[in-house]
Amino acid sequence: MDTAIKDHASLAEQFNTDEPRVNWHDETLWWVRQKRDKIAWTIPEWETLRETASRIKHNVLGNLHQYLLEFEQQALKNGAVVHWAADAEEHNRIVLQLLQQQGVQRIVKSKSMLTEECHLNPYLAANGIEVVDTDLGERIVQLAKEPPSHIVLPCIHKKKEEIGDLFHEHLGTPAGNADPQFLTAAARAHLRKEFLQSRVAITGVNFAVAETGELVVCTNEGNADMGAHLADVHIACMGIEKIVPQRRHLGVFLRLLARSATGQPITTYSSHFRRPKPGQQLHIVLVDNGRSRQLGREDFRNSLKCIRCGACMNTCPVYRRSGGHSYHNAIAGPIGAILAPNLDIRQYADLPFASTLCGSCSNVCPVKIDIHQQLYKWRQVITQEGQAAASKTAGMQLVTAVLSRPGLYRLAGRAGRWVMRVAPGLVNNRFNPWYKQREMPPPPHSSFAAWYKKNRR
Amino acid sequence: MRVGLFIPCYIDQFYPQVGIATLQLLEKLGCNVHYPQGQTCCGQPMANSGFKHLTGDCNRLFTEHFSTYDYIVAPSGSCVLHIKDHLHVAGNEAAATHIRQRIYELSEFLTDILQVKHLRAKFPHKVGIHQSCHGQRGLHVSQMTELVAPPFSKPRQLLELVDGLELVQLDRADECCGFGGTFCVFEEAVSVKMGKDRVADHVHNGAEYITGNDVSCLMHLEGILRRQKSPVKVLHIAEILNNE
Repeated sequence: MDTAIKDHASLAEQFNTDEPRVNWHDETLWWVRQKRDKIAWTIPEWETLRETASRIKHNVLGNLHQYLLEFEQQALKNGAVVHWAADAEEHNRIVLQLLQQQGVQRIVKSKSMLTEECHLNPYLAANGIEVVDTDLGERIVQLAKEPPSHIVLPCIHKKKEEIGDLFHEHLGTPAGNADPQFLTAAARAHLRKEFLQSRVAITGVNFAVAETGELVVCTNEGNADMGAHLADVHIACMGIEKIVPQRRHLGVFLRLLARSATGQPITTYSSHFRRPKPGQQLHIVLVDNGRSRQLGREDFRNSLKCIRCGACMNTCPVYRRSGGHSYHNAIAGPIGAILAPNLDIRQYADLPFASTLCGSCSNVCPVKIDIHQQLYKWRQVITQEGQAAASKTAGMQLVTAVLSRPGLYRLAGRAGRWVMRVAPGLVNNRFNPWYKQREMPPPPHSSFAAWYKKNRR
Repeated sequence: MRVGLFIPCYIDQFYPQVGIATLQLLEKLGCNVHYPQGQTCCGQPMANSGFKHLTGDCNRLFTEHFSTYDYIVAPSGSCVLHIKDHLHVAGNEAAATHIRQRIYELSEFLTDILQVKHLRAKFPHKVGIHQSCHGQRGLHVSQMTELVAPPFSKPRQLLELVDGLELVQLDRADECCGFGGTFCVFEEAVSVKMGKDRVADHVHNGAEYITGNDVSCLMHLEGILRRQKSPVKVLHIAEILNNE
């Protein structure tokens, strides 16, 4: 996909040139949404659980400073080394330094959206270190030289035949073999070799418990465990918002995470890393990268409650029909659209508009982030900060002028309907995006106001 | 009970029959309905596009026109939600608050305030309900499939009172149609694809008519149906409830 045109609408239009593929993408993700619904309904207290999770995170965000210090203290006590990174650049530098100390050229990494956000892989590659992503979906997009299109299902945009071709090219599987079980076995053999050779393993973090200084990493493939247990050095990278106060709170989040993400009762592996085993090093990199700024924005603070389940993407009717890459950001979909403008308002000014504000995202969110309300609020901020196109601003000013003056509105309405009747070509043409694939409403002779004047008093 | 009738701008201009049906239906049910001349728009097109700061004059006009009614009723969930969430007027905040608390979308006004139990209406056709998002997820005129909660639907409750009407079951009960205000032109490709998929769900399940409580969504679906030369028609819920 040509991501040189960095604008959601044009990237989505490009995605929509292959309608059967859009249908397939939509149905695949809708199936995941349905699985989520089904399993949510098996828990009568589902809505209470969401509310509880939301309030725990509310507490975390209100006391983040203390919890982070508590976490650090406990982690140090456990024998981990704690690093603080103000931004992506510092995070990448810290990781590079650790890798250089070990003198390694090739390492394994399990799923971490944070390292995607920081663009760690290309940074390390530029410094002569190759990262092998060990999550199967991540490995597939890595072989395809593409970014993930979904935070939980990174290669959801790829059909199995395309994966077969990729594996044929890179892993030497027979041409034309697209059997998922066969391909998974091939990936397993390939990754096993990487695990055994890698002296350093990077993992993400799903939850960090302040009370105990332990990390919880959730995967379905056990790839984080394979990497971390076999390596001499485990580097765990996490955003500072991943904190939960106490271990008992995990019960709430682990029940919600996999159910919301894929419709499973729990992730296959929910692994707790507390202290390094003898002879091993455990490094924890705590990354801010704009999170403190977002914490300071009252309207957008709640976006930091996100536990990266991807439910908002699966339910989003726009995401399903535009694909993850159309969001040109590490995190796609509705949640990406409210996180990205905090990172770079100019680059991501289009994303809050890539939504109908239908509100389905907020309803599935396991931590009850008011996603669609935040999209609306980002739109105001983006316009106020001068990021709206000049043509759009002019158009909106014109519409406002008409709608603010009853006389002008009446006149414009009558004139507009008259034009549509006598010279429909002036409206029904290729410059009208509505008309491209839709008919305009037939213009009536009389407005309701005129009818009312004549028929009532 | 004095009811102020709010007919959103695009209904006023393009779908006067929806305004007429709403007025006649409310009159039939015994309301003293008045349509204040000079009303224009709720300001939503600007606000949802990020230009909320331009809506001051629309807010002032709206408040001037509607502050004296016991209830304000409109055949559009989306415009009603916008007023409920965003109508503020410096210096006239008491009137704005009165309106925010007293404005109703037509179907919720019928079920909750008038508590309509019977209707003299007949519509012997297969009908699919399009649940418009702002009415549903914003005003809660019906339960949402995302939530683990008992189902209800105010539009359905009303349509079930109509003689001969048969409601069709959809595969996706409450997916957005893709209209989305200016989204429909700025994100034309996705908007149309969403609309085509909604239409297909209704057609595939045998609907002869698609109804709903937001004309904007219906206008979008109608545009697609007419381009497809489909025999399936759209009608606002007021037009069905007012059909004798």
